[in-house]
Amino acid sequence: MTLPKVLRGRAWKFGDNIDTDQIIPAKYAIYSLDEKELGKHAMEGVPGRETWASQVGQGDIMVGGSNFGCGSSREIAPVAIRGAGISLVVADSFARIFFRNAINMGYPILQSPQASEAIEDGDELEVDLEQGIIRNFTKGDEYRSDSFPPFMNELLRMGGLVPWVRKQLEERRRTAATRG
Amino acid sequence: MGMTMTEKILARGAGRDSVRPGDLVLAKVDFAMGHDLTIPPAGKIMREQMGAEKIWDPERVAVTQDHFQPAKDAASATLGRLTREFSQQMGIKWYFEVGQGGICHTVLPENGLVLPGELVVGADSHSCTYGALNNFATGIGSTDLACVLALGELWFRVPETLKFVYHNRLREWVEAKDLILYVIGQIGVDGARSKAMEHTGEALRHIDMEARLTMTNMAIEAGAKNGIMEFDEVTKAYLDPRAKRAYQPVTSDPDADYEKVFEFDAAKVELGVAKPMSPDNYAPLSEVAGTRLDQVFIGSCTNSRITDLRRAAAVLEGHKVAPGVRLIITPSSHQVAIQAEKEGLIGTFLAAGAAWTTATCGACLGGHMGVLGDGEVCLSTTNRNFPGRMGHPKAMVYLSNPAVAAASAVTGVISHPSEVLKQMPAEIR
Repeated sequence: MTLPKVLRGRAWKFGDNIDTDQIIPAKYAIYSLDEKELGKHAMEGVPGRETWASQVGQGDIMVGGSNFGCGSSREIAPVAIRGAGISLVVADSFARIFFRNAINMGYPILQSPQASEAIEDGDELEVDLEQGIIRNFTKGDEYRSDSFPPFMNELLRMGGLVPWVRKQLEERRRTAATRG
Repeated sequence: MGMTMTEKILARGAGRDSVRPGDLVLAKVDFAMGHDLTIPPAGKIMREQMGAEKIWDPERVAVTQDHFQPAKDAASATLGRLTREFSQQMGIKWYFEVGQGGICHTVLPENGLVLPGELVVGADSHSCTYGALNNFATGIGSTDLACVLALGELWFRVPETLKFVYHNRLREWVEAKDLILYVIGQIGVDGARSKAMEHTGEALRHIDMEARLTMTNMAIEAGAKNGIMEFDEVTKAYLDPRAKRAYQPVTSDPDADYEKVFEFDAAKVELGVAKPMSPDNYAPLSEVAGTRLDQVFIGSCTNSRITDLRRAAAVLEGHKVAPGVRLIITPSSHQVAIQAEKEGLIGTFLAAGAAWTTATCGACLGGHMGVLGDGEVCLSTTNRNFPGRMGHPKAMVYLSNPAVAAASAVTGVISHPSEVLKQMPAEIR
């Protein structure tokens, strides 16, 4: 699974410190292995956004404030957002476990304080993932995102930690076989 | 340039002489933990997607049935079954069944499974708890855990370290919980985002091991990667009867580089709470005293170890829970429950009119046995009060220490424990 180079979609704007209990309330953890079901309840805990998931179009883009995804380690937070149809999350900053989980899933996220501040709910966006550029068609603006360390980019390009571990396991098996 | 404790542990894990903040390293893990919500996805990812048939070291993995167990519904029972089957099939040595373990972050320390100098990961955000035992411990996701189970290694970004120095001693009634709530109130829920919180200073020397675990437990509520403390006589005394492996304590070098140093006078910290709807919404107790309550919850990996229950029982002894209020007490492990039974604490709780439950995460994350309804107000000894954490998004949760919680259950409103108990006995303070 490789990432598309360019993503287009409507912006859905959220505030600062959106925590994992708001992204996907713990009661839905019983659906841990069902991304579509989780997607139906994404952001249900954010006051005023109880029915948000039913309005999202496939490929839309989520824009958060600072410390996005703070709280629990539940990987079902980015899984639920992806399950709702969101193609990419842009934020001023991410809480570390949400950040890790997204990278490990090969799910694109971009950190851009400039974009997070300027973009409004409903803006039409285009994101060039390779260049890290976010274009806002509604406002006629363009924003840059922070670059990631090379290893994280490698993980995102490979499609996450799963293919990386597969490769490591194959190498270990080869080494063991040669020694054997 | 010297290194901090956190940097030394990550350097050792990565097989390097030194690391600097910002470095990305691949490091060997000494111990890993998962539970009934995180083992099922991790096991599936590891076997079906990564193609691993066995785990790297069955003796260095613990699994607890704590979040939605004993099963709260049929779907949770399935997660419990998947967790149980995976643990059996992988031969995991430290598997804790319902009724024999309890909350992961109490179970691992009390069984001497997470030790000084070690690199520990847990698929739960409060895994930072273990750092009070002088190790690097951090919360990870399920794909992360699958990677660790398959390889025994994981990628880490070496964090910048923030140093927190606590001068003097905490005053009477003031607990480690009040101190950490105060600190989080000062720096905010993203005040230590992705960084290490190193706690030190005179005040810590007078804080027992369980209360230290309360402080590192809440590192994540400031956004930190880990919370860590020095090894001392208190650590050693706690570990001597428990440690399952030999260990090597670690110290920060005198010339280690800290991004920032915060200094606090512990003697000036008051009893406090985190008001709804965020753990950094700190207020001195006096500001919220008199707030009417529907429920009081004493539980969780933060504040439901035996020392916490002793203080709660001292307050509740001879009193009754106020009409219109329910008090739910959930010990954080089976061992804690056994000890509470031996000491007669359970009798005190039951006589006061409290609901006493089995050891589980339960109400803390709005799971079961104490979920809150629309508009209900709860005082809780837990760690997190974001909207919806304990149930309905409009439920109002205040966080406090266990003595305040117990006293407030008696009066029905948020209260200073001295309103119910003249003095906390010195031996359990």
